[in-house]
Amino acid sequence: MVDVLLSLLILIGAGFTFLGSLGLARLPDFYTRLHGPTKATTLGVGSLLIASALYFSAHGPGLSLHEVLVTLFLFITAPVSAQMLAKVALHLNLHSVAPPTGDPPPVAHAGKAREQGPPDHPPMPVYPQSPE
Amino acid sequence: MLSIVIPIAFALVAAAFALSCWRLLAGPSAPDRILALDTLYINAIALLVLLGIHRASTLYFEAALLIALTGFVSTVALGKFLLRGDIIE
Repeated sequence: MVDVLLSLLILIGAGFTFLGSLGLARLPDFYTRLHGPTKATTLGVGSLLIASALYFSAHGPGLSLHEVLVTLFLFITAPVSAQMLAKVALHLNLHSVAPPTGDPPPVAHAGKAREQGPPDHPPMPVYPQSPE
Repeated sequence: MLSIVIPIAFALVAAAFALSCWRLLAGPSAPDRILALDTLYINAIALLVLLGIHRASTLYFEAALLIALTGFVSTVALGKFLLRGDIIE
């Protein structure tokens, strides 16, 4: 019974670890690549650590709680490093495959579009240039 | 049952190592390479835990904990260097 549960946990853990690295290798840009290792791999290692705690609790002298330390540390530090890497990517202005979201900035020569329908937003006020 | 599952898990983690190494060599930008190094140390923790189950030894947890500590510190140091141009300001 314990062996079946252990085998299942080990297979899930190794599978998610592999999937995380597959995402790192295959996804198109950095912002999507960040998803694989930070979520899938962390989940996989967590599953492997649960399997290890179960194994040493079942076969060892007593309850084994070494793994909880590694699990806690890993689960606390993975989001921190992911956020740091995302900040680095934004700072370096890396290419992203996602289209930009939000309203486009108003363009000055939008008169042709305005004749066909009502404007989506009022025209931008024109401020006088301040003399240098 | 475990004697069948553990070699499969070793093979999967080794494939994860290979894919991360490929991204480390081919990654077009510096954050890609840092992310590949981050993935590599987490894969190393997974491999050490598997080895601990395989050999029925609790010796490997300390190594896994040390790798987790140094890996996190090095990832943050590299990111800080790219972000600010300096590690400790």
